[in-house]
Amino acid sequence: MPIPSPFHPRLERLCTSYRWKDWAGYYAVCSFDHGPDLEYTAFRQAAGLIDVSPLYKYDVRGADAALFLSQLLVRDIRKLAIGRVTYCCWCDDEGKVVDDGTVTRWGERRFRLTAAEPSLRWFERAIGGQRVTVEDVTERVAALALQGPRSRVILADCSDADVDKLKFFRATEAQLDGVKVGITRTGYTGDLGYEIWVDADAALPVWDAVIDAGRNHAIEPAGLDALDMTRIEAGFIMLDVDYYSSPRVVLDSRKSSPFEIGLGWTVDLERDPFVGQTALAAEKRRGSEWQLVGLTADYSELEQLYESYGLPACLPATASREPVPVFQGDRQVGRATSHMWSPILKQQIALASVRSEVAALGTRLSIEHTVEFERSSVSAEVVATPFFNPERKRKP
Amino acid sequence: MSRRRWDAIVIGAGHNGLTCAAYLARAGKRVLVLERRPLIGGSTVSEEVFPGFTYSACSYVVSLLRPWIMRDLELARRGLEILPLEATFTPFSDGRYLLRDGDPERTRRRIARFSPRDAEVYPEFGRVMGELGRLVKPVIDNPAPNPASLDPRELWDMANLGRVFVKRGFDWLAAEYKMLTMSAVDLLSEWFESEALIAPMSVSGIIGTFLGVRSPGTAYVLLHHYMGEIDGAFRAWGLAKGGTGSVASAIADAAREFGVEVRTEAPVERILVEKERATGVVLEDGEELRARHVVSAIDPHRTFLGLVGEEHLESSFTRQIRRFKLRGSSGKVNLALDSLPHFACLPGNGLHLRGDITIAPSVDYLEEAYDDAKYGRFSRRPFMDVVIPSLTDPSLAPPGKHVMSIFVQYAPYHLAEGIDAWPARREAFGDAVVSTLAEYLPGLEDRILHRQVLTPWDLEKTYGLTEGNIFHGELSLEQLAFQRPVAGWARYRTPVRELWMCASGTHPGGGIMGAPGALCARAMLGQRGGGR
Repeated sequence: MPIPSPFHPRLERLCTSYRWKDWAGYYAVCSFDHGPDLEYTAFRQAAGLIDVSPLYKYDVRGADAALFLSQLLVRDIRKLAIGRVTYCCWCDDEGKVVDDGTVTRWGERRFRLTAAEPSLRWFERAIGGQRVTVEDVTERVAALALQGPRSRVILADCSDADVDKLKFFRATEAQLDGVKVGITRTGYTGDLGYEIWVDADAALPVWDAVIDAGRNHAIEPAGLDALDMTRIEAGFIMLDVDYYSSPRVVLDSRKSSPFEIGLGWTVDLERDPFVGQTALAAEKRRGSEWQLVGLTADYSELEQLYESYGLPACLPATASREPVPVFQGDRQVGRATSHMWSPILKQQIALASVRSEVAALGTRLSIEHTVEFERSSVSAEVVATPFFNPERKRKP
Repeated sequence: MSRRRWDAIVIGAGHNGLTCAAYLARAGKRVLVLERRPLIGGSTVSEEVFPGFTYSACSYVVSLLRPWIMRDLELARRGLEILPLEATFTPFSDGRYLLRDGDPERTRRRIARFSPRDAEVYPEFGRVMGELGRLVKPVIDNPAPNPASLDPRELWDMANLGRVFVKRGFDWLAAEYKMLTMSAVDLLSEWFESEALIAPMSVSGIIGTFLGVRSPGTAYVLLHHYMGEIDGAFRAWGLAKGGTGSVASAIADAAREFGVEVRTEAPVERILVEKERATGVVLEDGEELRARHVVSAIDPHRTFLGLVGEEHLESSFTRQIRRFKLRGSSGKVNLALDSLPHFACLPGNGLHLRGDITIAPSVDYLEEAYDDAKYGRFSRRPFMDVVIPSLTDPSLAPPGKHVMSIFVQYAPYHLAEGIDAWPARREAFGDAVVSTLAEYLPGLEDRILHRQVLTPWDLEKTYGLTEGNIFHGELSLEQLAFQRPVAGWARYRTPVRELWMCASGTHPGGGIMGAPGALCARAMLGQRGGGR
């Protein structure tokens, strides 16, 4: 049974569709109205506001906090300056990914880490004799993601944060309608956007202030369906959809290294020991078996396929997490794990895990597509991700 | 005289001219586009007429822009974004309203307040229209069929088109035949009993024509509307971010990347015709430009009677061009609003303001609006199609402020007092529009910061649309397919060799579709077909 998030009293009134789902044990809105269209559009054209409180959140403090995190995560967190955020993952001893998330350095000895799965034990058992504490603040800290081209001006309107100076992946503390909040320029949409971190007790005034300031900027409360669409366009992977957490699976074949899920760029190999280092160094030398790639399907072929059944190409308006096989000729060479029709790109796009030998950009593959209960396949091409990457995302 | 010789000169940087240029240049041709105005886009244009407010001055909704053109020219990468326009809202004068949106159950319940039977028939009607639309869709993605041709390829295409209907059975053929001959109201009345549906749905049959909702032949134009809706599944129906001008600028961006040169403020005075062959153009400043092909992206009247000149045409052709009906019947009012207006029948912000707002409360209302036009007056209480794009795209207006786009019919080009009476009648026309709308939106007048009124006279003078016709010629049945603009010349060629036509006055017609431009380019390059 999920529980209400700190923003639930607001969400409940707005969610006229009654479409809720369970996200990490919380009630989360799929879409407020009958479909995600307007919310998706708000993320890309104006601003969407989404409750992301269900993210697991951990405060890591102490004299050895930076060293401790560096030993656990694939990134050397000691290099992370105060007021900066980084994205990375952490692995088991075999170099297989356990989870991924952001790390914010709020102070010399003060970090906050997000995760998709409960991770307290994973971190705690690595403490040993180090001067560090790990606290699960998931329930205590509420979080909102304000994403979209208008998010900057809305935040400037309702908080005292110097948002014009807040660069991509930076963090600042601020007052928002008299409430102390943390603001990071981060998000899961691949657009200009911010995340606001606040004590759960003060969550509602923050929601109200952001919505009020956003009224003049076409803000929309948004749900997970719209978020899922934007994250696929942004090429962001999702745990339990595009990869699995190594300690939680039975089959080795379900485990992935960072190199295999597009997170190779987060791995700092040349440094003091960290969990998984030896295995990762070996894999780097040897080469990885799998790669995470972007695929775009040949749309004319897709149309023809539907036409052969006497149908218009009616693709779902939401993203699909139903994995489907990817082929080269008759041979299955992987699986597409997240796919959708991108309204902004006018393309059918997918994130897929494929064998490394077919992962080069431009490789022609095919992707399974079912019409009228019959399986067929449609040509697809390996393309670079993000599929959609607006300049405003990183722009100072 | 310029020494440079182009492969093609395109006259007019509207979206079709630019599309044609882009496809030609993509095939390696050297192309020059000449535009009379200081900005490109033609009627596909976003203009900041009032500081801080961007109007889609003329065309305002993207419905049939071919998805294959969007992909071929990579328009998404070039900044074209289509935003949803999902709902249709019809307020009535008795305080009731009808809101139809993407949620079928909610829509059914709302229609049921007027007629429980209509509520059940509504989705069925949508399916049948969608199916009919799909059957005729190949027509708009391919050059017009030529029924007189004996070319085997041509006959094969015709046979295929016929076979589609034969395969579907006689009922479908009958349905299609009815579509071609009936009036919009008659057709809709076969399905529905409530005017709350019949009136607002019938207006799709008259947009851009000088016909009324009870005029025969208007049912067919409904189908165009539904074709847009099928493409809605692939999201080609909606508002362009930044206004419709961003359609033109995205296409222009593609064209320039392929090497097209676009010159603005370069009005063409005439097309050079030597030995019955177009060889170039002369600009108003006297500059002469030569090209292997000349492509006209302006309307047929202006092309032949204006730039070519009757002396180069056979009189029978000239006569047919003269008979090609333009008869502008609509105007446009664009408003800059200080704040969001509220409907008396449904106050507050909501989905109903984010879609099409149709002022078409009854069939008689629409016929009375037409009556005015028949006798050379603008409608005192017109049919209006209203959108507030700044609700979805805040970049169009300053924070908290809005732009409202109002398509108005009827505004006959030929006023009883004469065409030249329009400038003096312009503001009275604007007043009629605003006061009619204010019956539903009380206090609208007080929110208006700026008003732009475009009469058919303005559409002609500013945008070069002869008689102010937004489609370069009515989309009535006798002016479509192999009859557009003139029988025998529906394949983008003209009686003047190397002179081509590529805009809305050719098959498949008007609207932001891009198909005439792309199909013309393909014909010039000796390629077949469109979509695939």
